[in-house]
Amino acid sequence: MKKVTLLLDDGTKFHGTSFGYEKPVAGEVVFNTAMMGYPESLTDPSYEGQIMVMTYPLVGNYGVPELSTEPNGLTTYMESPSIHPRAIVVTDYSAEYSHWNAKQSLAEWLKSEQVVGVTGVDTRELTKVLRENGVMMGKILFDDEPDNIPTAEYEGVNFVEKVSCKDIITYRSGKPDAKCVVLVDCGVKENIIRCLLIRGVDVVRVPWDYDFNDLEFDGLFLANGPGNPDICETTVENIRKFLANPVVRPCMGICMGNQLLAKAAGAKIYKLKYGHRSHNQPVRQAGTTHCYITSQNHGYAVDDTTLPSDWEPLFVNMNDGSNEGIRHKRNPWFSAQFHPEACSGPVDAEDLFDKLVKLL
Amino acid sequence: MPSNHIKKVLLLGSGALKIGEAGEFDYSGSQALKALKEEGIETVLINPNIATVQTSEGVADHIYFLPVTPYFVERVIEKERPQGILLAFGGQTALNCGVSLYKNGVLDKYGIDVLGTPVKAIIDTEDRELFVERLDEIDVKTIKSHACESIQAAREAARELGYPVIIRSAFALGGLGSGFCDDEDQLNVLAEKAFSFSPQVLVEKSLKGWKEIEFEVVRDRFDNCIAVCSMENFDPLGIHTGESIVVAPAQTLTNHEIQKLRELSLRIIRHIGIVGECNIQFAFDTQSEEYRVIEVNARLSRSSALASKATGYPLAFVACKLGLGYGLFDLKNSVTKTTTAFFEPAIDYVVCKMPRWDLGKFRGVDRELGSSMKSVGEVMAIGRTFEEAIQKGLRMIGQGMHGFVENKELEISDIDSALREPTDKRVLVISKALRQGYTIDQIYELTKIDKWFLRKLQNIRRIGDKLHECHDLMQLDADLLRRAKVYGFSDFQIARAIGLEEKMDMEDGVNAVRKRRIELGIVPYVKQIDTLAAEYPAQTNYLYLTYSGVAHDIDFARDQRSIVVLGSGAYRIGSSVEFDWCGVQALNTIRKEGLRSIMINYNPETVSTDYDMCDRLYFDELTYERVMDIVQLEAPRGVVISTGGQIPNNLALKLDGQGVPILGTQARYIDNAEDREKFSAMLGRIGVDQPEWSALTTMEDVNRFIEKVGFPVLVRPSYVLSGAAMNVCSNQEELERFLQMAANVSKKHPVVISKFMQNTKEVEMDAVARDGEIIAYAISEHIEFAGVHSGDATIQFPAQKLYVETVRRIKKISARIAQELHISGPFNIQYLARENEIKVIECNLRASRSFPFVSKVLKVNLIEMATRVMLGLPVEKLHKSFFDFDYVGIKASQFSFNRLQKADPVLGVDMSSTGEVGCLGDDSNCALMKAMLSVGQRIPERGVLLSTGGAKEKAAMLDAARMLREHGYQLYATGGTSRYLTEQGIENTLVHWPSDADQQPQAIDLMRRHEIDLVVNIPKDLSAGELTNGYKIRRTAVDLNIPLLTNSRLAAAFIQAFCTIKPSDLAIKSWEEYK
Repeated sequence: MKKVTLLLDDGTKFHGTSFGYEKPVAGEVVFNTAMMGYPESLTDPSYEGQIMVMTYPLVGNYGVPELSTEPNGLTTYMESPSIHPRAIVVTDYSAEYSHWNAKQSLAEWLKSEQVVGVTGVDTRELTKVLRENGVMMGKILFDDEPDNIPTAEYEGVNFVEKVSCKDIITYRSGKPDAKCVVLVDCGVKENIIRCLLIRGVDVVRVPWDYDFNDLEFDGLFLANGPGNPDICETTVENIRKFLANPVVRPCMGICMGNQLLAKAAGAKIYKLKYGHRSHNQPVRQAGTTHCYITSQNHGYAVDDTTLPSDWEPLFVNMNDGSNEGIRHKRNPWFSAQFHPEACSGPVDAEDLFDKLVKLL
Repeated sequence: MPSNHIKKVLLLGSGALKIGEAGEFDYSGSQALKALKEEGIETVLINPNIATVQTSEGVADHIYFLPVTPYFVERVIEKERPQGILLAFGGQTALNCGVSLYKNGVLDKYGIDVLGTPVKAIIDTEDRELFVERLDEIDVKTIKSHACESIQAAREAARELGYPVIIRSAFALGGLGSGFCDDEDQLNVLAEKAFSFSPQVLVEKSLKGWKEIEFEVVRDRFDNCIAVCSMENFDPLGIHTGESIVVAPAQTLTNHEIQKLRELSLRIIRHIGIVGECNIQFAFDTQSEEYRVIEVNARLSRSSALASKATGYPLAFVACKLGLGYGLFDLKNSVTKTTTAFFEPAIDYVVCKMPRWDLGKFRGVDRELGSSMKSVGEVMAIGRTFEEAIQKGLRMIGQGMHGFVENKELEISDIDSALREPTDKRVLVISKALRQGYTIDQIYELTKIDKWFLRKLQNIRRIGDKLHECHDLMQLDADLLRRAKVYGFSDFQIARAIGLEEKMDMEDGVNAVRKRRIELGIVPYVKQIDTLAAEYPAQTNYLYLTYSGVAHDIDFARDQRSIVVLGSGAYRIGSSVEFDWCGVQALNTIRKEGLRSIMINYNPETVSTDYDMCDRLYFDELTYERVMDIVQLEAPRGVVISTGGQIPNNLALKLDGQGVPILGTQARYIDNAEDREKFSAMLGRIGVDQPEWSALTTMEDVNRFIEKVGFPVLVRPSYVLSGAAMNVCSNQEELERFLQMAANVSKKHPVVISKFMQNTKEVEMDAVARDGEIIAYAISEHIEFAGVHSGDATIQFPAQKLYVETVRRIKKISARIAQELHISGPFNIQYLARENEIKVIECNLRASRSFPFVSKVLKVNLIEMATRVMLGLPVEKLHKSFFDFDYVGIKASQFSFNRLQKADPVLGVDMSSTGEVGCLGDDSNCALMKAMLSVGQRIPERGVLLSTGGAKEKAAMLDAARMLREHGYQLYATGGTSRYLTEQGIENTLVHWPSDADQQPQAIDLMRRHEIDLVVNIPKDLSAGELTNGYKIRRTAVDLNIPLLTNSRLAAAFIQAFCTIKPSDLAIKSWEEYK
């Protein structure tokens, strides 16, 4: 196995060995403290273009399941058809996997998708560096090759555009007289679509900048996506139109969807000192004793204090008090900063989908 | 927020440590008491286990050293009138007791609230049928089980389900009386035994070979739930989780599988209505997502203690707070202190729990692992690779292993069957199989251990093979050396693998490897357990070391204000909670002085490994290598090695050799006491007597020595060779048989033989000295004569029946020894005393097993004194005389023979008890009665079976037998005993030995019919026939759960006690009321 070095923008170096595709890469280095679910994380479009660091040291244990597709066009086991990060960095890659449902090893999958894998890195130490910096660019260099790749540049890059669908895709739940939800795809995880279909709702998936206001639909869904929400001004504009429509229809958002809904309502977004990148984020429904353990991956949050008067916080993070969701005081519009669709992570908050469906 | 009508709470402890119920409940109880204290609630604790931390001053407000049985608990309730009771912190013992108190209306009568999980929910989880019904209601699959109330019904159920089946008794501790049956014959045997523990026996389809996954789940009264930790058993279903290696978090399950089980766990805990904590065990198919719920433990458990230590999440503490009415959102994460307790820890390491067995201590025991627990302790290893964790773990269990490879060659005749039928040696068997070229598939087929684990083990093997290719330390490739360390190799393993053993003393070899790797910059790093995988900054003192790292998480003050205390490691027979107590007292004393306390220990069951107990906790190995690593980083003022039992004691010379400052008695004096030759020479020099002994290397020498001293003799074979126990031999035949069985005598491995003193009292001196002068002491006396190991003996303190002259001589000799060995700190000397003739058996320059007992009876904390001595602080000499005591303390031993199938429940010179209790009474009878009832003895109601051994024992038992008869007991006696009793005019019924199968009535039949509810069986000697007959009677008593006594002095004392006083005569007094 080739020796590689992860070189961070601040000059810090971490040494390891390559177990994936062999090609130097550059990108934003981000971490995740989930203890399982690497196939789901790797196919999560929110990681587009990033270098993903796993704090859980043992990765690859159960291999990778079949990359199959269901008749409705969604993958069987993944969150999208391909890997989004440019690299994955782990402490101790398990070259030999064991699982009845695995079809290949993580290394084989990475190689076939031309994604870099690094093992032997003290990812705890690396995470400590990353968490203090907010955003940190880095490169993975092969020790036997000179450093001849450019530093990753994220300013102005529209990752949402890269991962969003290009055309409208319709998914049928198969239920007669199904309600129809328009889903704005800023980089949707497929399990969001599965969660809607399974509840007997048809889904019309539209590109991130598509003006869905002219379509006929019963509800609006604002999906997750990578990067800075400020990139998605077009989407925010479209949402504003939706909110201003005298025909009030339900709306639910997740992750970036929460931020876009907040922006459309007039609130501001800010960057968190410590982003939420784990499966164990505690969230409390504002003003109640209901708490949820949630899966999260975001560095930006809605500034509660900037919410207009007819909006209110719906969920609050119990660790740092940051906003985890908003809702309109009268209209059926709500959103969550966390991922109720999980995948990977706990499924405690899946009933939010039920709430939406009931409102339709 | 909680309701505030609760001002006083009663907490039930778990009693003596036994297999299946051990130190974890000291930890959980201590946590609960801490939580109550924080609320300003007055606490009452019932726990006869005097060696625990929870029964120490200041932990609970009122402590009762009484049996945890409905009778005594009711009497305490009557006196204390608490408003609330906690049942979930004292294991199955407390839970069962609580359910009884609920069912018989006591809790209602006194208006006591059960805090936390309601009793109704507990019953739902304990009664198998109800349990299945409840889970059916929420579409959760269980193992379909047939509850049977007769053997006939059990047979029918098994036929319907199809063999193999598993049977278990309802309402029993960790798998007691359960097992697998492949056919009806096996079922008949097991079912009978199970019925003796419980009126209800469950027959279930066996899912042998499935994975076993556990979740620790917490719920508050607002219905908020968290799953704190997932754990996966290395061993497949079929091996009790207490017998299995367990890893956390689960390793071989996908996200979907884990979330599925997690969601089920939450659904279950909500539906059952737990408030607090529970453990849920799943069987999980290896080829699909099929699952079955095995069981739910609606209380804190061994697994919850493990999960707390594995994650840093204090389950018991939180469960107690939730029981008081708090919501999870009210509580803080006690590691970070800033974030909420409503969260699920993210782990960035892997934890490996490994059981510690002591099966070698038991004659005849069945070594095969199964659905019933036999291990006596456990360790938890933390690493950042699985290989690192498991190799640490194998070293930690302290049975001579250096890791997965480079161990002493294990002789196995048939590897296939050894893999198929796992014993306590199973990991070594896998190591051997891999070396012999077995493929992973082959091993998997035979063991059903997931291939992921097996491949990791193979990785260790491969690295070992690579190391073997190198024969010179200086040529050893730095990358390979680093890899070996990352995957958990010790310096010892590396030294051995590269062949240093042939070139030099291994101690030098180990130091050479150490020096070389430090030169190459290959050193371990200290990482924190922070519950959130570094996502946010966290201040935590909970630490471990790993080679998968490039930086320390913490800084080292190195300011001469740190004191390292070495812990006691895995609980084992001979070393358990008492040393945890000693360690905790040392930590407390250090903190009180404003110094920094650093604990090194790896036993998840302990209080000393609670990160709240010290300033820094290194949850890591107590090997020379690791202690040196930590000492070099911390540069402490000194290291305390005398409060952790034998493990730290054994490190004294090596640490001293490297210039590590050892506090208290210096290493060379420790060596003078440990080295038999040196110690003997010293005793000779100061004119102190000891039983004659000699280390002998040939059979001729052995015979010559015995000619001189005469039988009986005490024989200690070399442990290195055989691992066999010591034994007493009373004639030539026994001697030869034993030596053949145990070890062949040789030059390299001499056998130590000493004169065995009969009818001699054994006396213990526990003391603290400063610069060779005794400043506090406690002299206690065994009830049994010498020959019963001091750890098994029943001990009274203060001594009640010693001559004043004997006491004076013991004091004098002890003072002389203390002076000679320059003792500074705790020590213990064991004496033999007959007619004022005193001989020294052994001397330990460390705290002994009885320190907590004598400290608590004395009401003087000897460890605090000793620690102050070691820290060089002023200590006042203790002036307290025997005559100052208006009460007696009795320490009695708890045996776990019911867990150890086929083991002979007889006591000997090697220790076999797993725990102890200590009770106080106004006189010996009262104290003894409480103590014996606390270790599971019962006062008989019908008949007593007597076979009272040799002439002396028969005579010793005569008065007791007469007393039994006078109190209306039906006496049954075997041949010689019956004759003797008849001659003495004591009416009795002759019963026959199993070997006289054609004679009636048979002793064993009467036991089966429960006409006998106490068995006194005193072995005469070790002759073959005696052994078989006696063994069958003793074993039957254990298997049928009939109280058994095998020592005449103890039997006589207990019989006298229960014939003289009734339980209702016993005063219900808390510790502080004995003045």
